[in-house]
Amino acid sequence: MKNLLILGATSDMAQAVAKEYASAGWNLTLAARNLELLEPIASDLRVRANVNIVPLQFNAENFSSHQHFYNALENAPDAVICVFGYMGDQIEARTNFEEVRKTIDVNYTGMISILNIVANDFETRGHGAIVAVSSVAGDRGRQSNYMYGSAKAGLTAYLAGLRNRLAKAGVHVMTVKPGFCRTKMTENMELPGALTAEPEQVAQAIFKGLEKKRNTIYTLWMWRWIMLIIRHIPEFVFKKMGM
Amino acid sequence: MRKISDWGNYPVIEADVSGFDTTEQLRQKLDQPGEVIAFGNGRSYGDSSLQDRILLTRRFNKFISFDETSGELCCQAGVLMSEILDVFMSRGWFLPVTPGTKFITIGGAIASDIHGKNHHVDGSFGQHVLSMDVMRNDGSVVTCSPTENSDFFKITIGGMGLSGIILNARFRLRKIETAYIREETQRAASLDEIMDAFEEPNTWNYSVAWIDCLAKGDSLGRSIMMRGEHASTAELVNPSHKHAPLTLKKGISLEIPFRFPDFALNHGTMKAFNFTYYNKCRPGIHQNLVNCNSFFYPLDTIANWNQIYGKRGFTQYQFVIPKAAGREGMRKILKRITDSGLGSFLAVLKLFGEQDSFMSFPMAGYTLALDFPISFKAMELFKELDAMVADYGGRLYLSKDSRMTAEFFEKTYPNADAFRQAIALLNKGDTKFASLQSNRIGITS
Repeated sequence: MKNLLILGATSDMAQAVAKEYASAGWNLTLAARNLELLEPIASDLRVRANVNIVPLQFNAENFSSHQHFYNALENAPDAVICVFGYMGDQIEARTNFEEVRKTIDVNYTGMISILNIVANDFETRGHGAIVAVSSVAGDRGRQSNYMYGSAKAGLTAYLAGLRNRLAKAGVHVMTVKPGFCRTKMTENMELPGALTAEPEQVAQAIFKGLEKKRNTIYTLWMWRWIMLIIRHIPEFVFKKMGM
Repeated sequence: MRKISDWGNYPVIEADVSGFDTTEQLRQKLDQPGEVIAFGNGRSYGDSSLQDRILLTRRFNKFISFDETSGELCCQAGVLMSEILDVFMSRGWFLPVTPGTKFITIGGAIASDIHGKNHHVDGSFGQHVLSMDVMRNDGSVVTCSPTENSDFFKITIGGMGLSGIILNARFRLRKIETAYIREETQRAASLDEIMDAFEEPNTWNYSVAWIDCLAKGDSLGRSIMMRGEHASTAELVNPSHKHAPLTLKKGISLEIPFRFPDFALNHGTMKAFNFTYYNKCRPGIHQNLVNCNSFFYPLDTIANWNQIYGKRGFTQYQFVIPKAAGREGMRKILKRITDSGLGSFLAVLKLFGEQDSFMSFPMAGYTLALDFPISFKAMELFKELDAMVADYGGRLYLSKDSRMTAEFFEKTYPNADAFRQAIALLNKGDTKFASLQSNRIGITS
């Protein structure tokens, strides 16, 4: 049986991903900052499927702990899916650098810290798949969320480079860019139904995308086109828009 | 704040909406001032899960334990029946009671004390609950069962979420050999014929009738009786079914691409539908093997069928009248509905069995449920129907309602007053759980 490591396993998206892979017979290592939130998720998965579930503590911001965390894994992973992220408060971040630091530490530095370790291991083993959730926010900086967006842009570029490097070693890297998704972050917002994915849809897109070894997936197809258009709006027009 | 409504898209309100992952988070939310109500998957029809502040339970949806020998399942209240079927049907287990959609939460099933096609044999869902944990307005958690805190248990079953937030429940799933139903359909040319069919001695576990509520005169009450039983492995004929008796092929799932204009469903289109549907079933008895989903959840195939009623929204008028009043009462009420010409194509008739519970809707008698697009005329018709239902000693289903009056509720629910007092006693003057409905019909405030 294959082993999957999910980092940031308490998010709605990660929970959906875990269900998808558990029902396909994968053993799961679930890692997240808050073990208390993780326990019921682990029990739920044990009821659902006859697979091995290991909950573990993982803190993306504590970079120095990452090597030890990875070395201590009971089951060497065949795939790693990074779902953790921090949305942050854009307005707050203008004046409070701590908010900026956290946004960068979680979404960019934290991701790279752990993924470097994973990448080196997979490269040596000549085997494995890496999936990381970036964001359409990284496709072009917009005034409403450019702090978060710029960290995700960095992550997207990192993943592109990593894919390039690891292709030779037979290790696949997939970038996931969900558009709007119905999660706890958005439950009090009216989202455009047709453009909003359920976490389960994102999970299925990840599962299928990885099977087909896709490079970058937008979890609802139209987002690829929406972002294509947004990226190509000339700057002299874009800077006057209230996005 | 965001716009939110239940399944009927009427009423639509602006509310502060949030969910919770842990009991601690829920406790903090209850600590804030103001009335709240739990909202599961939004499949009640009217305003029984609407309020200025809404607590979404869907994220509180973990399985806690399952006993493979007894079928006893313990899960959090936000788990959907569809999730239970996804996980357990292939292992040979089915729900003890299920309504016409599988997209409802377990918390909602208990709060509405839902019934299904097997009510005459197995009663309502609440009768299968072994125990549950409920968070009270002060943040304390009550474990209750038919024997432990039994009074609290009694008012929580069918209690419309007014005694507290249901956290989790234990109940037993039903063992099945296959995911198929041995179905028998039979056309009935009149109301008398269909009632005879319901009342003749039989051993069917599941029974329900679709009724043409636009047919008049001699055809009044013409129906199609659908009865079913879980098929045994021996009864399967198709080799691919025999090979994997508990696995269903992923069915098609459709979506209404846009909200229909209000005029799409009118008397003409509905009459045409009813005519076709009735005549598609030829006279005589037909036996089929059908899969569970098409037997129990024919409408679930279309993800958002409620959109066909357009922007105006719709309501379902579901009443029950005692069996003794059945023939005469049902004839008169149905005649009034067909005369109005307002009914739609989704009308369902069923004979309930005995029901002994505090606030639940079912009683030994006939229940008829039919959808109406919201209109002034329909609202006027309901007032007349209400009077007839009350006269025959019947009542309306709270989970489908968006318009009954406090007076009508009082008159038709024998425990209305006792329930209000019990809720007030629990609240100790600090009403925390209230819905727009409970305020309207005078249970709270």
